Amino acid sequence: MTTDHGLEPLHHQTPLQASEEPYAPDVLDQLTADAALIIARYPQARSALLPLLHLVQSVDGYVTGRGVHFCADQLGLTTAEVSGVATFYTQYKRHPNGDYTVGVCTNTLCAIMGGDQIFDEVSEHLGVGHDETTEDGRITLERVECNAACDFAPVVMVNWEFFDHQTPDSTKVLVDRLRAGEDVTPTRGPSRVCSFKQVSRVLAGFHDGLADEGVGAGEASLRGVRLAKEQGWTAPSSSTASVQHDTEASPEAQAGGMERGGYGSVNAPTNEPDEKPGDGEINDGRPAGAQTEEKDA
Amino acid sequence: MSTVLTPILTKFWDHPQSWTLATYEDNEGYQALRAALDKDPADLVAMTKDSGLRGRGGAGFPTGLKWGFLPPPDGGPRYLVVNADESEPGTCKDTPLMMAAPQFLIEGMIITSYAIGCHHAFIYVRGEIVHVYRRLLRAVEEAYAAGYLGKDILGSGFDLDITVHAGAGAYICGEETALLDSLEGRRGQPRLKPPFPAVAGLYARPTVVNNVESIASVPPIVLHGADWFADMGTEKSQGFGIFSLSGHVTRPGQYEAPLGITLRELLEMAGGVRDGHRLKFWTPGGSSTPIFTDAHLDVPLDFESVAKEGSMLGTRALQIFDETTSVVHAVSRWTDFYAHESCGKCTPCREGTFWLKQIMTRLENGQGHEGDIEKLDDICDNILGRAFCALGDGATSPVTSAIQYFREEFEQAMHTPWYELFPPERSTLFAKESQPA
Repeated sequence: MTTDHGLEPLHHQTPLQASEEPYAPDVLDQLTADAALIIARYPQARSALLPLLHLVQSVDGYVTGRGVHFCADQLGLTTAEVSGVATFYTQYKRHPNGDYTVGVCTNTLCAIMGGDQIFDEVSEHLGVGHDETTEDGRITLERVECNAACDFAPVVMVNWEFFDHQTPDSTKVLVDRLRAGEDVTPTRGPSRVCSFKQVSRVLAGFHDGLADEGVGAGEASLRGVRLAKEQGWTAPSSSTASVQHDTEASPEAQAGGMERGGYGSVNAPTNEPDEKPGDGEINDGRPAGAQTEEKDA
Repeated sequence: MSTVLTPILTKFWDHPQSWTLATYEDNEGYQALRAALDKDPADLVAMTKDSGLRGRGGAGFPTGLKWGFLPPPDGGPRYLVVNADESEPGTCKDTPLMMAAPQFLIEGMIITSYAIGCHHAFIYVRGEIVHVYRRLLRAVEEAYAAGYLGKDILGSGFDLDITVHAGAGAYICGEETALLDSLEGRRGQPRLKPPFPAVAGLYARPTVVNNVESIASVPPIVLHGADWFADMGTEKSQGFGIFSLSGHVTRPGQYEAPLGITLRELLEMAGGVRDGHRLKFWTPGGSSTPIFTDAHLDVPLDFESVAKEGSMLGTRALQIFDETTSVVHAVSRWTDFYAHESCGKCTPCREGTFWLKQIMTRLENGQGHEGDIEKLDDICDNILGRAFCALGDGATSPVTSAIQYFREEFEQAMHTPWYELFPPERSTLFAKESQPA
């Protein structure tokens, strides 16, 4: 699928671009196999929609029309239902994303600590604004909302990995390195930032084996516990519990994915929204509401 | 200083492999689970009630009571859903906890699931913290391999599966019913309550939705006892919590302490407001909690004392701003956030945040109109208590509290842009390297 199909988008922000270009059979087979694993994680298939949309982005780089059709087919939904969900969440891209999303936090605290200046200077440096991608397709620049790292402000996220305590200059160096194809290392995260498509696959729930890389905690996260140790402060103790060592994770687990425990998606009937469990005459072990039509059907 | 830090959940974050199961087990990990599986589930619910643990996600609802609201078992599934969608501006405690020590959460979930009769639990983690998601996936894998998850856990006959689910960027999904809709594969919009999730939650089945830190606090409570926990903190706000200091403070970071500690005490531990500056305003629990000023340094940070002073303890997200900061600018940016994140379901919030944003933007630029301050108050009055969920209420908090404490800055905003009154380069972390233009 390397051809430039040259289809005009229906609208510059609709997700329904490139619908005419079907997935190649091998790509579709892989997507279908992955989708089956995702769906199996949930009691009801529709719960798989968010990870499936991440999966689509891991292949297409954004939510394409064919991706919407794929999700709809997998889950028995209409394309309108899928599009309605895809357009609600900011991580789902409606147009081709760069290899790296560079998100500068410009929520109040980071903005005041320097995030506004970082965004302005990086935006000028790259020649793109919010939600725009550089011509080489490397970087999509975004203003992001609070990313839960305020003690490391100002924060920049690259493909949702933390770059703490940034400055305008450090961020400009960062984006230059990304554009030059160099590996960059987040402050708290794996040894290198993965591409947008790779990270999207992780968000679909497929492990990339990088969990054990990087630090447990950054400097700011440790300030309290370090101070407590210096001062000899501890929590009150109860009866001292003996320390015991247990087994390491098995090699299979080290290598394995998420699919274990044997839970399968069964689309079990549920309660109606206004029904209270136990209202019905249920004594056969079936879920409450088993007699009623499944509401998603 | 009378109050000291109590590292419990943060205790071994400085270990080089803090996130592994082995490290957790070296630090009392999974001893609570062994004890819990020997108890009657009802006793665990009672123990959590007795401990006084209240929800650490902001609202402070008693955790054990929430579990107790589940109807009696009817043979169908019951669910535990952990709210790990930490997105409230200023809040940054669950993210480092899950990155540094995710097994607290996993063990807490197993104990909680056993207590409430759940066999499939979920973690809904925000999608914008991908390394945290990796750590959670790994933690669940390790727990399965060690026999803490799956079938017949530790020979008890109890089965549990955990699914870790990544969101996709929506603040509203931190609201528990919006989170459930999102987990069901829908747009994240809040549901009308009642029925509450305890009665009809995930897939319309009885469901407990709890914050990460609440669930992570369960293993220490089970291991050390309800009294141990209840002896910390204040009479009605018992136990410990992680306090997150950020902004214009010398050593921002995570400080785990009993509830009831004051900002003055925390600031002393954190080296005070940055050198040469003084405290102007702060949030006690994220941007949705009305701001405080230097008059509130000695307010005990517990649910009751903070509420008595007109704000909320929220998530203990203490965002500190010094005198270089424009209140109007700060509030305007928060207002942009709420307008952006309003899900659009209900009119007061959807329209109200849109109007607030327009007015705050012109005030920020020194182009306020006569009557704008009154209009802000009036709009807030029409959102507060009338919105479908707490997002709308939260949007009004910074506006009304800022007008209450800093009305003169809003009056200055009728004619002078914020950046003339408060040159932004003086506020930044890298203020020293900024050259005057």
